Amino acid sequence: MRTPIAYFVVLSGVLFTLGTLGVLLRKNALLIFMSVELQLNAVNLALVAFSRMHLALDGQVLAFFSMVVAAAEVVVGLAIIVAVYRRRGTVDVDQARGLAG
Amino acid sequence: MIATSYTNSLGSMLVWLIPTLPLAAAVVNLFLGRRLGRWAGWIAASTVGLTFALSAYVVQDLLSAPEELQPYTQHLFDWISVGNFSVGADLRLDVLSATMILVITGVGLLIHIYAIGYMEGDPRYGRFFAYLNLFVFFMLLLVLADNYLLLYVGWEGVGLCSYLLIGFWFEKTENATAAKKAFVTTRIGDTLMLIGLALIVSKFGTLDFDAVLGNAGDTIAKGTATAISLLLFAGAIGKSAQVPLHVWLPDAMAGPTPVSALIHAATMVTAGVYLVVRSAPLFEASGVALTVVLIVGLVTALFAATCALAQDDIKRVLAYSTISQLGFMFMAVGMRFYTGAMFMLVAHAFYKALMFLGAGSVMHGMHEETDLQRMGGLIRRMPITGWTFVIGALALAGIWPLAGFFAKDQILEIANHTGRTWIYVLGTLGALLSALYIGRLVFLAFFGAPRSDEARHAHESPLVMTVPLVILAAGAVLAGLLLSTSAEGTLARFLEPVTGPVPHGEGLSTLALSVIATAIALGALAVASWVYASGRVDRVRFRERLQPLPRAAASGWYVDRAYSTLFVKPGIAAARFSADVFDSKGVDGLVNGVGGGVRRLAAAGRRIQTGFVRSYALGFFMGAVGVLVWLGTRL
Repeated sequence: MRTPIAYFVVLSGVLFTLGTLGVLLRKNALLIFMSVELQLNAVNLALVAFSRMHLALDGQVLAFFSMVVAAAEVVVGLAIIVAVYRRRGTVDVDQARGLAG
Repeated sequence: MIATSYTNSLGSMLVWLIPTLPLAAAVVNLFLGRRLGRWAGWIAASTVGLTFALSAYVVQDLLSAPEELQPYTQHLFDWISVGNFSVGADLRLDVLSATMILVITGVGLLIHIYAIGYMEGDPRYGRFFAYLNLFVFFMLLLVLADNYLLLYVGWEGVGLCSYLLIGFWFEKTENATAAKKAFVTTRIGDTLMLIGLALIVSKFGTLDFDAVLGNAGDTIAKGTATAISLLLFAGAIGKSAQVPLHVWLPDAMAGPTPVSALIHAATMVTAGVYLVVRSAPLFEASGVALTVVLIVGLVTALFAATCALAQDDIKRVLAYSTISQLGFMFMAVGMRFYTGAMFMLVAHAFYKALMFLGAGSVMHGMHEETDLQRMGGLIRRMPITGWTFVIGALALAGIWPLAGFFAKDQILEIANHTGRTWIYVLGTLGALLSALYIGRLVFLAFFGAPRSDEARHAHESPLVMTVPLVILAAGAVLAGLLLSTSAEGTLARFLEPVTGPVPHGEGLSTLALSVIATAIALGALAVASWVYASGRVDRVRFRERLQPLPRAAASGWYVDRAYSTLFVKPGIAAARFSADVFDSKGVDGLVNGVGGGVRRLAAAGRRIQTGFVRSYALGFFMGAVGVLVWLGTRL
């Protein structure tokens, strides 16, 4: 007996909402970053679930792509955060206002 | 169209070399002139000499070639090719261009040699000869071109060289101003001429001489032919200093004297005559255009002669004289007497170059003095200059058997024989005035008592300057006898393949006309000698009694002043308006207004950039939600 698709979609939606709230409400760059990862993985979950439902591999392939890109993004993003920390001693995004108009 | 060289004789293949040699010398002198020192002049002169020898060889080759091989044409390269319109760098040597290249290189050679002495010690010696050679190149290109566009290249090139050489001593402001005036004035004619070329392209689809002139009579309407002819003639008016664009030539005397002799007497100013003779089929297709040429020539001949009568600067007398003589040439062209115009061109090149060089020699011997009133009795101090000048003057006045006699006499004869009595009478008046002004010049400068210390201590010029004078004087004596003892003389027969036969008619016999002309010339010279050299007339009081006529004539009948009021001052006012008002208020205002507007907009817009990353994220989020809602409503 298969797990109904609705479970996955609801879980994915909950995870995505948590991620979005994290991005919008957190001040710490590292936590914002983790929230973004959460969003990505929520979407991955939805992709894989739908892929299984349709018995097509496209969604799973796309999820792999998404993971690879996310991994690359983590490398760059963490490097930036480390650099910002070294320079300013903080990773509070509200303090990084160098581009204010 | 690609003109192929359909003959293999050596001469026909060497045509391209004729303009190339002076160009090469110009390049050498331009880049190495400073290092070459005195050699620059000899290099320039010997190159022109070589070009002259080459021209003579090629022309002789042309004349001995069978008729079906004439004229020589040479296709150098395809120049412009757009759709089915093409212009090639094509050269054409026929009897007309042959006459011109021999005059240009022959007289040019003598003037180059003279300039070696005249320009001695000038700090820009090499550059002077570079310009002079460049001029010879462009002039040869002008007369050897096989299409109007290449001719126009030469036409503008000689204009450029004229500008550079008039303003050669640019340290003096008036020289630079004179150069600018010459350039701008001739530009008026050049622009109209360019419009004429455009009209030719639109009507004929080509600029090649054969295609345009061969079909001029039957492919275009009379009105079109008139329009094209008059536009081309406008170019000639500018270049040949005819009324109303004559004002630049007297001022052009600011240049070094060899330049005045070469460019502003012998060659460049005659380019207009060449152009009209070359385009004769177009002018004949129009008919009206020829009448215009005749009238402009006549008016110029008389007008400039009266101005020449009152000038005190020796070179300005000669300048106005040149304008007047060019008027005579255009009169001849206007009566379809093309060979007469060409003969006058040749003869004038000799005697006017001679007199300009003579004037230069006088200036050389008198510390750059040009005022006739401070000369007098120079013939004893500088006999070679003096006597050769007298020969030139007699030729100009029209004394048998000098070149000028035949030239002027034949033009008047044709006027008489073709029933143009008024032209004949007024032309004779012009001849009378010519003899008067040149008599006045000669008697004031060379005879009577010296009127200044410079005149008393004048010295003869070196051989390098006097030898060209003697050769030119020989030319002025012999040109008529050798080339054109009658209206259908040697030169006329020589030119007939291009210009067609000389017009015929009935009138006074040639002998009677010659007697009248000679009597008038001798009478005028006698009057001039009585007034200016006999000492029995107080010429200063004589002049005062005639006022205000002499003053008006000396200023060129106030034409300059009128142009200044009518064109120059309004032009300057308009320029000032556009610079001070239109540009600074209008254009700058518009540009600054746009700039200010953007700046204010940006000041408002940049407040959105708060620098709070989370507010940007909120923006993303709201946007994404917005897009989703929008998509949802469309489902």
